[in-house]
Amino acid sequence: MPTRSGDGLERSIYRFVVQFSAKDTVLICALVALAQVFYYISLDLPKNIMNQGIQGNGIAFPVDIAGLGLLSLDQVGYLMWLCLLFLLAVLVNGGLKQFVNSLKGKLGERLLRRLRYLLLARILRFPVAHFRKTSSGELIPMLTAEVEQIGGFMGDAFVQPLMQAGMLLTIAIFLFAQNPIMGFAAISLFPIQAYIVPLLQKRVKELGKERIKTVRKISERIGETVGGIQEVRTLGTAAWERADYTERFGAVYRIRFAIYQRKSLVKFINNTLNQCAPLMFYAIGGYLVIHGSLSVGALVAALSAHKDMTAPWKELLDYYQQAQDAQQKYEQVVEQFQPDNLLPAGLHAPAEAAAQPFDGPIVANALTVQEDAQTKLLEGVSFELPLGTHVALVGPSGGGREALAMTLARLYQPSSGSLRIGSRDMAQISDADLGARMGYVGPNAYVFSASLRDNLAYGLRQRVLAPHEDAAREKILLEAARAGNLPLDVEAQWIDYAAAGATDAADFDRVATEVLAKVDLAEDVFLLGLRGQIDPVSRKNVADAILTARAAFRQRLTGVQADPALKGLVETFDPERYNDNATLGENLLFGTALDASLAGDALAAQPDFRRILDETGLGAELPIMGRKVAETMVELFADLPVGHEFFDRFSFIAADDLPVFQTVLARTVPLPDGSLPADISAEDRARLASLPLKLVDARHRLGLIDKAFKNRALAARKALREKLPEKLRAKIAFFDPDIYNAAASIQDNILFGRIAYGQAKAQASVGAVIREVLEALGLRERVFEIGLDFQVGVAGGRLSAPQRQKLAIARALAKRPDLLVLNDAVAVLDRAAQARLLESLVVGAEGTTLVWATQDTASAARFARVMVFAEGRLVQDGAYAELVARDGMLKELAAV
Amino acid sequence: MSLKEETEALRRIPLFQNLDPAKLKLLAFMSQRLTFEPGQAVFAQGDPGDAAYIVLDGEAVVSIESPNARIDVARVARNDIVGEIAILCDVPRTAHVTATGDKALVCLKIEKNDFIGMLNEFPNMAVEIMRELARRIVNTNQQLRQAVAAKG
Repeated sequence: MPTRSGDGLERSIYRFVVQFSAKDTVLICALVALAQVFYYISLDLPKNIMNQGIQGNGIAFPVDIAGLGLLSLDQVGYLMWLCLLFLLAVLVNGGLKQFVNSLKGKLGERLLRRLRYLLLARILRFPVAHFRKTSSGELIPMLTAEVEQIGGFMGDAFVQPLMQAGMLLTIAIFLFAQNPIMGFAAISLFPIQAYIVPLLQKRVKELGKERIKTVRKISERIGETVGGIQEVRTLGTAAWERADYTERFGAVYRIRFAIYQRKSLVKFINNTLNQCAPLMFYAIGGYLVIHGSLSVGALVAALSAHKDMTAPWKELLDYYQQAQDAQQKYEQVVEQFQPDNLLPAGLHAPAEAAAQPFDGPIVANALTVQEDAQTKLLEGVSFELPLGTHVALVGPSGGGREALAMTLARLYQPSSGSLRIGSRDMAQISDADLGARMGYVGPNAYVFSASLRDNLAYGLRQRVLAPHEDAAREKILLEAARAGNLPLDVEAQWIDYAAAGATDAADFDRVATEVLAKVDLAEDVFLLGLRGQIDPVSRKNVADAILTARAAFRQRLTGVQADPALKGLVETFDPERYNDNATLGENLLFGTALDASLAGDALAAQPDFRRILDETGLGAELPIMGRKVAETMVELFADLPVGHEFFDRFSFIAADDLPVFQTVLARTVPLPDGSLPADISAEDRARLASLPLKLVDARHRLGLIDKAFKNRALAARKALREKLPEKLRAKIAFFDPDIYNAAASIQDNILFGRIAYGQAKAQASVGAVIREVLEALGLRERVFEIGLDFQVGVAGGRLSAPQRQKLAIARALAKRPDLLVLNDAVAVLDRAAQARLLESLVVGAEGTTLVWATQDTASAARFARVMVFAEGRLVQDGAYAELVARDGMLKELAAV
Repeated sequence: MSLKEETEALRRIPLFQNLDPAKLKLLAFMSQRLTFEPGQAVFAQGDPGDAAYIVLDGEAVVSIESPNARIDVARVARNDIVGEIAILCDVPRTAHVTATGDKALVCLKIEKNDFIGMLNEFPNMAVEIMRELARRIVNTNQQLRQAVAAKG
């Protein structure tokens, strides 16, 4: 019986396995049966080897093999012949087993892949309200760790018991064939085990259930603690939290230990009984041999056969325990994936063709949306919205405007009444079609961990436009289909550039520029581009263009038409001069480290670097200077608590290292002449020497770098340039006016120097000139493209909240939707930015149906039509000017 | 000018004079030394108040907008502090401050957040600041009383 959702996620793990692997299972079973024949032979042969081959009982030599007169053997030859046969039987049996195991592994892995996929597909179909009750902390372990254990079992579900029972049966038959009494002796203890084990196992099963529940609660709680970490800190409840975990971990401990004890008891009983079985053989078999009714060979064969018997029997019992475990886990996982109101699977069918544009007005008829039995979000709402209308939805929070916006985006399903767009019922349009023609941005829009460009193109991925060119992909997709996964290639061409009005991927940057300008984000992206880095090898033309910008900027700085406003604002890198606005490390290397071995604290300890500095005399000076820096840092920061933000922002020494440096200072009291004592360890010396390398004279103003020192640093720079080994030089991007510096940002490459510290408004003035230079050279677009490469981080963490919202709106605009629903989408922006954005959207969305749900009633004045919602009902609907003049809700709201 | 001299300059400012020298040094280390050419604006009336400036050298003129023209109301020079109200309470700049005279104005710029961070970390410093502000109120009251007495 299929489940109600029709995707085959059965309640029982066995049903799930049968449903998706019946054919494979039959094949495997046939192979298992075949293997038993050879297994029987391998059991039977030793008896013949003992009796006939070795003892020569009941046989006359030479023996004519197979009675054909082709091969005649003496006793030793015959023994060898039997051994050869034995070897063959063992090999065939083993080979078949190996083949079965490999088949079964494949089966299991496919089933696991399918289960994971089905569960994930279910998550995509959860109703929005369900996510309020379910945390990702619960879902993630289910899809990762828990199904893994289930998957391991699924391959074994039918094969393992068949295989082991088959072996047991073969051995039993063999034993009975030797002597019925022996056979009986071998299996005499099984009934006892078969009775006791399930009895003990029952309790284990209950405990297992409890364990899963408890662990799941814990992962939910961990999610809560992580999410609420700021509250835990500021409310000072860390101790209470820990106590809570103490209790919860204690519960898991008790359950786990109880399970362990019962399991080990089962093991003990089994082992003991298995050990007792040979006793029966020695007693009964020995008696039979003495009385001559059993040959010694048969007894030896029976003993070795029985030894073989313990292994499958143990496997069977293990299987029984695993089966209980897996069934339980499976049930509990599947249970979590059966929420009410699961979206119909058909809505997620991949689109075959381009989505049809909306062909008529949006009509709601007695539309009612219920979250659960009690709460009605919308009640009996009816309206008609001709395409191209701009409408504002206002009203008190929770009054229905949010719910209608979300229903229009089909994040809520109508529980009664209807919502139609033109000729189509909203409930019948597939997600892909709706997503292609409708844009929705909520109050906390999500952006994905990808580049800005990929985020903008994310909304253009409803279907595969052209397959991936690589033939090898087909095999991969075929395997995916075998495991019931969607056989669509993620590497294929998905992005529908035409839908965005672009001709191809390159042209999409133009569209990106347009939509980002509409949401007021273009400037930010340009600045991100200036901060971005490129690989000058793969993007040589961009690097070359930036070098021309560098030359142009230099003209503005020092050329004939030098800009007086720039005077003293930038200190250019000059091989002959010490740069006061760069670190001492940069001044010495006269370049940027490309590799961690030369960056930060590692530089001071680098052997070649140290050797060359020692030769120039600077090597002895650095630790002395470093000691002074350390003294100052200890003086300044010693009173601050560990973890204070000042450490990160200002200190040369991390908070954790401060005590270390305090002891280093105590160990390294300088001699009267200022030099350090000779017995300082190399480690301390390197520690101290690393500090001044970070020193920027103009910024830190510690007064440690004087003119004479600068000259010595310049000499050291020369020495380093000449003497650093080639392999180290390759790890440094030297400051060279004619070479693009791969380790520096675009802006730093144009500057080819450092903005001077201490000059008022230096950043702004220099920024303006860089912009002019780039614009004059037509390079603005290039920098913008580099800005589009910016990786926004997980959940857009590297962007500010307003930037994320703007990006989400731009993403919705990029697909040129017929219907654009903005549900309090600009609430995080400041008022001026909100007003600008609204204006740009209203003007820019000419011809688009724009639905603007907002808590800011005043902004509704910009719309031709206003709908006012309260308590789930549409209370007013009309032109803003008209409604606001009349007594009613809008007048009240506008007056606040 | 080095950090040492800047620390000295901070010490000469009444608001800071009773503070622990180590704290002043930290404050100086965290602040930025800025140079303004004569005529260049330090900040404009109505700007958000994000920092206070301590004059180390040179001169600046304080002026306010009136409906007709900008009226100069005060001059600040070495060891004066401007904009300190803005970092203690969230108000926009109440006046323009512009570098003036024939040489560059050199200031120490203390960001609002850094200053507040210091107060949070070192309560003694907050008490000192409070004391100084209270003293100013006493002075203002006294002046008011004298003015009223002179009038009456």
